Amino acid sequence: MDRRTVLKGLAGAGGLALTGGLSAPAIAQGAAARTLRFVPQANLANFDPIWGTQYVVRNAAAMVWDTLYGIDSSLQPQRQMVESEEVTDDGTTWTFKLRPGLKFHDGEPVLSKDVVASLARWSARDPMGLMIKALQQELTAVDDRTFKWVLKQPFPKMLYALAKNNSPCGFIMPERIAQTDPFKQITDYIGSGPMKFAKGEWVPGAKAVFEKFADYAPRQEKASWLAGGKQMLVDRIEWIVMPDPATAAAALQNGEVDWWESPIADLVPVLKKNKNISVDIGDPLGNVGSFRMNHLFAPFNDVRARRAVLMAMSQEDYMRAIVGDDTALWRPLPGFFTPDTPLYSEVGGEILKGKRDLDAAKKLLAESGYSGQPVTCLVAQDQPITKAQGDVTADLLKKLGMNVDFVATDWGTVGSRRAQKTPPGQGGWNMFHTWHAGADCINPAPYTAIRANGDKAWFGWPNSPGTEKEVAAWFEAKNLDEEKAAIGRLNKAALDDVVYAPTGFFLSYTAWRKNVSGITKGPLPFFWGVSKSA
Amino acid sequence: MLSYILRRIVATLPVMAIVALFVFSLLYIAPGDPAVVIAGDQASPEDVERIRQSLGLDRPFLIQFGSWVWRILHGDLGTSIFTNLPVSAMIGQRLGPTLSLMIVTLLLTIVVAVPLGVVAAWKAGSLIDRVIMGFAVFGFSLPVFVVGYMLAYVFALELEWLPVQGYTPLAQGFWPWLENLILPAVALGCVYIALVARITRAAMLEVLQQDYIRTAKAKGLGQGGILFIHALKNASVPIVTVIGIGIALLIGGAVVTESVFAIPGLGRLTIDAILRRDYPVIQGIVLLFSFVYVLVNLMIDVTYTLVDPRIRY
Repeated sequence: MDRRTVLKGLAGAGGLALTGGLSAPAIAQGAAARTLRFVPQANLANFDPIWGTQYVVRNAAAMVWDTLYGIDSSLQPQRQMVESEEVTDDGTTWTFKLRPGLKFHDGEPVLSKDVVASLARWSARDPMGLMIKALQQELTAVDDRTFKWVLKQPFPKMLYALAKNNSPCGFIMPERIAQTDPFKQITDYIGSGPMKFAKGEWVPGAKAVFEKFADYAPRQEKASWLAGGKQMLVDRIEWIVMPDPATAAAALQNGEVDWWESPIADLVPVLKKNKNISVDIGDPLGNVGSFRMNHLFAPFNDVRARRAVLMAMSQEDYMRAIVGDDTALWRPLPGFFTPDTPLYSEVGGEILKGKRDLDAAKKLLAESGYSGQPVTCLVAQDQPITKAQGDVTADLLKKLGMNVDFVATDWGTVGSRRAQKTPPGQGGWNMFHTWHAGADCINPAPYTAIRANGDKAWFGWPNSPGTEKEVAAWFEAKNLDEEKAAIGRLNKAALDDVVYAPTGFFLSYTAWRKNVSGITKGPLPFFWGVSKSA
Repeated sequence: MLSYILRRIVATLPVMAIVALFVFSLLYIAPGDPAVVIAGDQASPEDVERIRQSLGLDRPFLIQFGSWVWRILHGDLGTSIFTNLPVSAMIGQRLGPTLSLMIVTLLLTIVVAVPLGVVAAWKAGSLIDRVIMGFAVFGFSLPVFVVGYMLAYVFALELEWLPVQGYTPLAQGFWPWLENLILPAVALGCVYIALVARITRAAMLEVLQQDYIRTAKAKGLGQGGILFIHALKNASVPIVTVIGIGIALLIGGAVVTESVFAIPGLGRLTIDAILRRDYPVIQGIVLLFSFVYVLVNLMIDVTYTLVDPRIRY
């Protein structure tokens, strides 16, 4: 008998047993084993995966809404809700047929009209969807299970677009929900995925609950990331939001939660010592650290100044600042694409390799005409990754002899200020720090940060025609060899023009109690196939 | 008395109006944009602008303020930008945990701090007094989160007596409710206990010098009766004042405590709303807190008349 039991007994003796809350009956213990308690990476503040593109929303949505295709662990699109597809020889007309027996959580069948409405909403917000929409001639339901997408010209990456795991994914909703303006939030959370969202139990910022959907029809294939048979082995999944990592670590050690999605590196040694806890790399696609320079204003409107920074920076400094001394968690990245994926390239990456040459960098900076004007460096202090990178950058710029205007602020302010195109002294900026999910950096389709089309590019507004030419070449590539060749050239062009500065590639851990099994590595937490013993 | 209370309640209205204007203006000029947070990293400036328009954030300040005030006057605190849920519903979800935490902390404080202060005054200058005041200084100096982590480590992780985190509603049982609140209440109460104990000691010291206390001793009254019936009642005005003012401390401390112990209360809702720039939620919470604070002050004033019959309004 432990002291907690004694305390409960004392409370009971005091008459508290009248409340009936002292002991868990056997049936409740069985229910506990069927409930998975999960600590997500962030708060589920909204639940519309098209309106809100945060990863945490996508991760929850993947349980509730299914997709037509799903990306598997070899990064290939596989059929999910779709039974078959046909494309005409000229590549312009796609005809898809849905699997029979698909149902929404309200019991209604999934029909082509639902798919058409969902794709229309998705394609108004997703970068790849927007590309398809620009080529679209018509998107129509042929019959209850068949729909057709007719394009003005071929779009070879169609299946990848429908399968991709990057936010926003092509989730299928009932027509009445999918007809919501894509810039307004839905209020009904009916999907056809393996779990139902328990709206009544949702406390944004604290808890979200998902219950098994009994009528879900999983595919027969083995599950692989977003593809295959999504077999649910627990009845209920509770997402418990914990803003404080130390609390999450203690709760996992104590058995109050079962799985913590992303423990911070500092606490991993403590978790590894606990015999009841397993720790492993969560997402093998990891993250790409970055800082972006504003190409519109001096000094970084001159490529020599940008290259000078690249010549001087040490990716090891950045990575150690982010993940500490665990060398299994990081590696240098002389390029922009995710390591260990088919399109990874180091072409043109020499500037980031080898011994750092501070003198040469200073000389190049002087040639750019830099004369000591303040460099406004935005650093969000409430995000450990941006804060760590910002501190290293400030030191780097000072070593280069630059006059650093270090703006310590929060992520909300950085998000707003980085959109300003005014000069740095008038509310604008010269640099800010961020990072990209490795899953977004496997190819140019979801990789907004690599685009360099000037005014239309991501913050910093790089203008690099060479980079853009190779992005287009990748989209038009007919096979993997052509894709690889295009990405090699793209990597070089983007480094030559310094579209942005990659600070390295880093991974993070995930941790779970040993009575939980079936957790797989991937770009998001996959709950299918996960079971829990008492 | 009744007319005084009514007058005070009416007087809260301009205070609330000023708070409302202040909060709204502050949020309007504060940097950050909820549309940017919603749109995410991949969004284009056009997407951000469309979201801003759909939320009505592109309208002039006075129009935004006017429509907000109009809704407030109709009892509508608005809708959260992020969750699309009514602010009143979100506050309702979070009120229970915060109220529970504050009540348990308040009770703990009164039960612990007042007797400690009385004993310290009674034994003024002795070792007991120094030990109690030493603890008070210690409690006052330690940040809430440090105490919280220490308590969680010892009582939850090492001894496994109490849970680390979470909240269980009272409807699910008294002990499940209480066991989740013990550690947070102790952590949050430390500063408060220290403050009330020190004030109690100071007030008691003054009262214990009075002639009527000497008279009570002279006529053979017991020590307990002198301290807790005669002296404490007369020393209670400053103690009540500090307990009341301390509720503001509790509100501030609850923000940290709820984060450390993962309690889904108003404190965490406040932090989340500020970080995301969820303006309607921030405005709703600040209005609620200011109303509570005004109400607590009113209750303190009324309590004065109960503990000291000489005070009349």
